[in-house]
Amino acid sequence: MRNALGSVDTVLLLGGRSEIGLAIVERLVRRGARRVVLAARGGTAPADGLERLGAEVHVLDFDAARPETHAALIEEAAAKVGDLDVVIPAFGVLGRQAVYDADPVAAARDVAVNFGGHVSVGLAAARRLREQGHGTLVVLSSVAGVRVRKANFVYGSAKAGLDGFAQGLADALHGSGARVVVVRPGFVIGRMTRGMTPAPMSVTAAEVADAVVAALDTRKGTVWVPARLRLAFAVMRLLPRPIWRRLPR
Amino acid sequence: MTLLTGWGRTAPTRATVARPRTAEEAAELVAKAGRRGVVARGLGRAYGDAAQNAGGLVLDCTALERSWRVDSTGLVTASAGISLHDLMTALVPRGWFVPVTPGTRYVTVGGAVAADVHGKNHHVDSSFGAHLRSLRLLTADGAVRTLGPGDDLFWATVGGMGLTGVIVEATFRCVPIETAWMRVDVERTRDLDHTLETMAATDDGHRYTVAWIDLLARGRRMGRGVLTRGDHAAPGDLPARARGNPLAFAPRPLLSAPPWAPGGLLNRATVRAFNAAWYGKAPAAPRRVVQGIAPFFHPLDGVSGWNRLYGPRGFVQYQFVVPLGAEDTLRRVVERLSGAGVVSFLTVLKRFGAGTPGMLSFPMQGWTLALDIPAGQSGLAAMLTEFDGWVAAAGGRLYLAKDSRMSADTMAATYPRLERWRQIRRRADPDGVFVSDLARRLRLC
Repeated sequence: MRNALGSVDTVLLLGGRSEIGLAIVERLVRRGARRVVLAARGGTAPADGLERLGAEVHVLDFDAARPETHAALIEEAAAKVGDLDVVIPAFGVLGRQAVYDADPVAAARDVAVNFGGHVSVGLAAARRLREQGHGTLVVLSSVAGVRVRKANFVYGSAKAGLDGFAQGLADALHGSGARVVVVRPGFVIGRMTRGMTPAPMSVTAAEVADAVVAALDTRKGTVWVPARLRLAFAVMRLLPRPIWRRLPR
Repeated sequence: MTLLTGWGRTAPTRATVARPRTAEEAAELVAKAGRRGVVARGLGRAYGDAAQNAGGLVLDCTALERSWRVDSTGLVTASAGISLHDLMTALVPRGWFVPVTPGTRYVTVGGAVAADVHGKNHHVDSSFGAHLRSLRLLTADGAVRTLGPGDDLFWATVGGMGLTGVIVEATFRCVPIETAWMRVDVERTRDLDHTLETMAATDDGHRYTVAWIDLLARGRRMGRGVLTRGDHAAPGDLPARARGNPLAFAPRPLLSAPPWAPGGLLNRATVRAFNAAWYGKAPAAPRRVVQGIAPFFHPLDGVSGWNRLYGPRGFVQYQFVVPLGAEDTLRRVVERLSGAGVVSFLTVLKRFGAGTPGMLSFPMQGWTLALDIPAGQSGLAAMLTEFDGWVAAAGGRLYLAKDSRMSADTMAATYPRLERWRQIRRRADPDGVFVSDLARRLRLC
């Protein structure tokens, strides 16, 4: 159970090797979480660090591309650790637009993970949180989905879909005791973006994690990382298409 | 389905609330509770999550039977849903006073048993459970059992936070009074040592004692406070206007906190101003005053919904006890709080006498300090967790009716009779029907 000062007991991370996901989990464990489930493809995820911090860690096999397994996975996690206080689907793939242009099937496959996988996991998690009458679903959206750019519009459109899904789900869960926190990071420097040139207002996984953990203490439903991206995108959303399309990246 | 919180208004969760009127109705509801279980709730004065049950059933027991009787010796039998306010309003004019009252009259008899509440007379009279003759408890099998101090389940229920069943009725002995007034000595103290010494040296001479501490005072004045010691007044003590009807008692709230109260009203500046005024008003040498029961025992009941003054983020209560001889731990906590400038609107210190055999009952011989702190203060979680460690190391513990944030590990380390309680509970409720957010958070069951 979440306590009065925002510390939680149990965490489920889907995409158990995600840099951002693990950074969030580590912070939650440092603040008192004692039972963690890492769900990752192949059933392998780095549990040692979390165990050293005093957490009991369970690792489950999870494939984001197989939505038919997702509801059972959520139940299996709850069977291991009890009520799920925080659920963090942090899986995703970031392919290059040029590759997608040449390989539409690969594009559809990645969208199925980045959007479809989050829909099935999100709905299954929401059902569990609604039943238990409390809990938080953290949805890792992106500014890439706030206004989709031609430079990565396959990835961006999946994130746009995910962002809309998360907002709708947040409203559907209103009053259920459960809630959704939508996280919109900018360019995150890390493994997923290795070799790419960081965009302005880039952040690290640690900074995203700090912002998410801070938001869990408040009643905030949306978190921009860094916070000033909110203002930046308020302007960018209004840019006329001819200008938007000419932006360098 | 309703979102519920405790009095501190933190960590809301959703539950189905039902309002049984009879023990039979309650038994039917318990039988149909489902896999998220059930817990009884009274007037919701526990500060944390004791009377919440996320995703499950919560029985609002304030309509349950609602009967009471008193015999010529002051033995009272009351339904669990009756409040101490209702009881006092009926009993005081008849010359009886409840054996123990917490800082509010707005708790139910069931809540008083489940939390084994204590009051300003703990050093001589112990807690509520010590005055109980018997209980009627609706257990998971649907039976209503009558329990007495010879039963294990009785002492698992006293202080058991509603996790052994639904308390339906309690029988306890009241104390005779001649007036509805208190004879009170008020005195201010210079610093923490002076507060502790004066209290320890003089509380045997009074039935009711408590010290209010000015936590914002630092340096030489750290731990200064106002000590009040009271006894039930005799007719001769009363002002002339009250002598005609010395047992008249009809208190009601004077003010109401608005539901829209913003956060931040109780900040360092306002609390400092209040503390200075409160301390300054108290006499340096003991002075005797005559006060009504309500202002002496329940000053906060004068403002209905005062918990809303903490704003939308709510507040936490931190109340611990450490054994006599562990005054250093108490001093460290006060030093740290005062150094950090933590805003606690009401900080109360009290010396406890002997505890009850209640396995999860809080009071034990020693010193108890209670604070309430707005939930938004930065660094609060880490500081209180550090205090938990000090309290545990000193052999003390935290009060479950006030707790909303300790860890399951702290719980297990500080309640030595927890395992015994679990065994008895498992026998009475093998399927774990009775459960609450507090039970889940602290892994009690």
